[in-house]
Amino acid sequence: MRVEMFVFVVSGAICVAGALGVVLFRNPVHNALSLVATLFGVAVLFVAQGAYFLAAIQVIVYAGAIVVLFLFVIMLLGVDQDDDVRFEPIPGIRIAAVIVGISLLGMSLIALLSSPDVVTGAPSALAPLDPATPDVNRIGAALFTDYIYAFEITAVLLTIAVVGAVMLSRQSPEVPLDTEEFPDGTMASELAIRREETSVADSVDTDGPEPADAEIAADAAGSE
Amino acid sequence: MELVWLIPALPLLAFLILIPFGRKLSDPGAGWFATLLVGGSFAVSAAVYLELMSRPADDRVVHQVLFTWIPAGDFSVDIGFLADPVSITMALFITGIGALIHMYSVGYMKGDPKYSKFFTYLSLFVASMLVLVLADNLLLTFLGWEGVGACSYLLISFWFNEEANATAGKKAFVTNRIGDFGFMVGTFLLWMTIGTINYVDIPERLGGITELTATAIVLLFFLGATGKSAQLPLFVWLPDAMAGPTPVSALIHAATMVTSGIFLLTRLEPLLFQAPIAGEVIAWVGLATALVAALAAVAQNDIKKVLAYSTISQLGYMFLALGSGAIVAGMYHMITHAFFKALLFLGSGSIIRSMSHEQDMRLYGRLRKYLPITSITFILGWLAIAGIPPFSGFWSKDEVLAAAYSSENLGVLKWGIGILVALLTAFYMTRLVIMTFFGPKENWRDPEKLEEIGVASSFDDSDPSADAEAHHLEPSHTPKESPWTMTVPLVVLATLATVAGILNLPFADRFKSLEIWLEPVLTHSHEAPVATTLFILAGVAIVAAVLGVIAAYFVYQKQKIPAERIEKPALVHALYINDTYAEVVAGPGTAVFQGIADFDATMVDGAVNGVAKVTTDAGNGLKPLQSGLVRTYALTLSAGAVLLLGYVVMRMSF
Amino acid sequence: MIVELTQTWYLVLAALIFAIGATGLVIRRNPLVMFMCVELMLNAVNLTFVSFGNMLDDVGGQVFVFFVLVVAAAEVAVGLALVVAITRRRQGATADDLSLMRG
Repeated sequence: MRVEMFVFVVSGAICVAGALGVVLFRNPVHNALSLVATLFGVAVLFVAQGAYFLAAIQVIVYAGAIVVLFLFVIMLLGVDQDDDVRFEPIPGIRIAAVIVGISLLGMSLIALLSSPDVVTGAPSALAPLDPATPDVNRIGAALFTDYIYAFEITAVLLTIAVVGAVMLSRQSPEVPLDTEEFPDGTMASELAIRREETSVADSVDTDGPEPADAEIAADAAGSE
Repeated sequence: MELVWLIPALPLLAFLILIPFGRKLSDPGAGWFATLLVGGSFAVSAAVYLELMSRPADDRVVHQVLFTWIPAGDFSVDIGFLADPVSITMALFITGIGALIHMYSVGYMKGDPKYSKFFTYLSLFVASMLVLVLADNLLLTFLGWEGVGACSYLLISFWFNEEANATAGKKAFVTNRIGDFGFMVGTFLLWMTIGTINYVDIPERLGGITELTATAIVLLFFLGATGKSAQLPLFVWLPDAMAGPTPVSALIHAATMVTSGIFLLTRLEPLLFQAPIAGEVIAWVGLATALVAALAAVAQNDIKKVLAYSTISQLGYMFLALGSGAIVAGMYHMITHAFFKALLFLGSGSIIRSMSHEQDMRLYGRLRKYLPITSITFILGWLAIAGIPPFSGFWSKDEVLAAAYSSENLGVLKWGIGILVALLTAFYMTRLVIMTFFGPKENWRDPEKLEEIGVASSFDDSDPSADAEAHHLEPSHTPKESPWTMTVPLVVLATLATVAGILNLPFADRFKSLEIWLEPVLTHSHEAPVATTLFILAGVAIVAAVLGVIAAYFVYQKQKIPAERIEKPALVHALYINDTYAEVVAGPGTAVFQGIADFDATMVDGAVNGVAKVTTDAGNGLKPLQSGLVRTYALTLSAGAVLLLGYVVMRMSF
Repeated sequence: MIVELTQTWYLVLAALIFAIGATGLVIRRNPLVMFMCVELMLNAVNLTFVSFGNMLDDVGGQVFVFFVLVVAAAEVAVGLALVVAITRRRQGATADDLSLMRG
């Protein structure tokens, strides 16, 4: 029992610290690394509760794939500078967020701690957690029997997500910068203080023709 | 006999096919196609008729239920057809005359830009009319009733480019609404009282009905009939309905649709005999209508208006027969009238067409030699309607008058007025024939007269899309006989108008084939007066008819008496009944309607607009909530979660 | 004094992580970090699923974590593609700049 308590306290502390890091660090890279800490902590807690398969998945998929994807995007876009947190365009939202967050926690704690039985569901509606069988077998059996339709639908969901991601991130040089979609200037005055270099880059983008277009025009002129 | 449903289905099929393909079939394909299918419907009707004839007299009913239309608790209505002697007689002459008029229209409507549309409507009309007569319950009859009303509207205002035509259509429609109100309330009352609206069940359940209720029901249905069959007080739409193409006037406003009121009361004949007072009302209204319309017909100059008033007058005769309890006489006159009035209308159409669409009879004259077939057939129709033996009109009219004579209350007075109407009928029809075919001279040759009357003519049955000059009657105009598609129906109808009297000859019981045929359906039979009385009555009727003819001969052929002394303004305006309505509706009526419109604009629209305004204002008020800033959404979402948790905590603690 | 470690502790921890994630989601403006906060919240929920599964002696809780993982993966794939697409057209765009859908 002491070991379990020790494991819970240590991994719980890692989780909370990581979570706070995600919220409080200014640099997105640091945020991502904090997220990894939380994910590892949760994985350890999964192990502590006997969910070995999920712990493995957690590390492989979350820490291994998703966070790497985050980091990849951060590097790709070159946004690894610190966020500007001095200015808040929506006044009062930070205080409101903290209040709502604390009351969310407080309400949850009241609900959890004031009642002796937190759980109202029926015990073992699907399949018991029999320690004799490995949990992979049990999850697999449940997935491919009771949850077969949900499982198949997630396959469709993933396919759609992949197609959608490809469609969204594909670069099409024919489409010029859509100034209507991102009206320049109006938002800047209303909402965001933008870094100087950003506005310079924007004005260059909107004023001149796309480089690809210019090339095509030059090619056409040359061939004539 | 499973073919009954085909009778209305074939014209309906023509309608459904002509909607999409009418333009492709065009002129004259669409017309011939519709004619063929209506003719097919006639063939089916004849087959059903022969089938019924081959059965014993008390088994001549085919009741075919296709499916349940409205199942609603106790109240269940079927789409069902009832072919018995009454309805199949109606179906026979509707499809027969309908087919002839379709054929006639092939020629008459030639070159009209809306050629295929005309036949689309006409087929739909025939289908609706057949549903009306073949229906086995009042609601399905009402469906047909409204269907023919809609087609009538569409066809009266067929040439809607001219406002008078469109207005005439609206007038017919609105006037008929008043009658339809009676029909509907009558149906409701009947269902409330005896719990059925099925014709088959009505006679059995009449046991408990009080005379008062029966009277109310019959009078409500009679109100419906006065609308559709153009009786007092709702007859005013029919003269204006002549704005439609002439075949429409012949088919809808003379032969078939306007008789649906008589058909309806015939169908409800068991009820009719429960309400003697209602019968009396019907007889007197019919008689009054007959007299007023006959007087008005004397003074009309538009050839179609004469025939329109004549139709109203003859329909009055039919209601007189029904009110006097002589159902068979009413049906008999309805059939012969369908033949000779359709003939007269088609003949007038042939004349109008040959006279560059000029309808004013004062511009006709001596057309006999230009239109040989039209004039001969028209004269046969004239003899029939004037009541000259042995033409069909004489026999049927005589039977109606005999029935009036032998009715219980004031029979002789009714008969006397009937004879007066017969005299007037002979007079105005002779006037029409003389002004058109005989007369001293060819009036349109006189340029001054042409100028004076041509402008003043009440309305013009012309095709507005064609060049207006093409329809202007010139002094040099030479009328031409119509094509064969128009003359063949004339000849067929003239034959029928001449000989249709044999349907029900009064000489002996075995000659009364129509009565024998219809008798099994009717719950009450009418006792004809004894033979000697009958012959005296017939003699007087003949004398009256001949007197009318001679009087008109002296006025219009010999011109011994100036026509102005007879054609008083009051008669031209049909005793100012229409004008009175117009005054009432335009004066106090408009004020009332304006009040209702104001109520609608302020209260009803106010409520509707208020709801809309509340919604819009609420939307505008809530608009800032959708800031487009996803973080505020997240905040709101979290706050919502807090509220939900708060609810859970509350529930746990209480 | 040794406090007994019950399942409730796991739930309390999950509530804490969830609240931190929710607060972070509102406070941060960088869409990437906001996605990370969403991942935090999802992980908190996953933790409760496993705990409830243990409390009820049911494998269903673990199966649901599996589905949450799948949905999270799909969400991250699409979401990051969106961020890439937006940032490519507009350097340094924050979530507040994307308010074209305001009423």
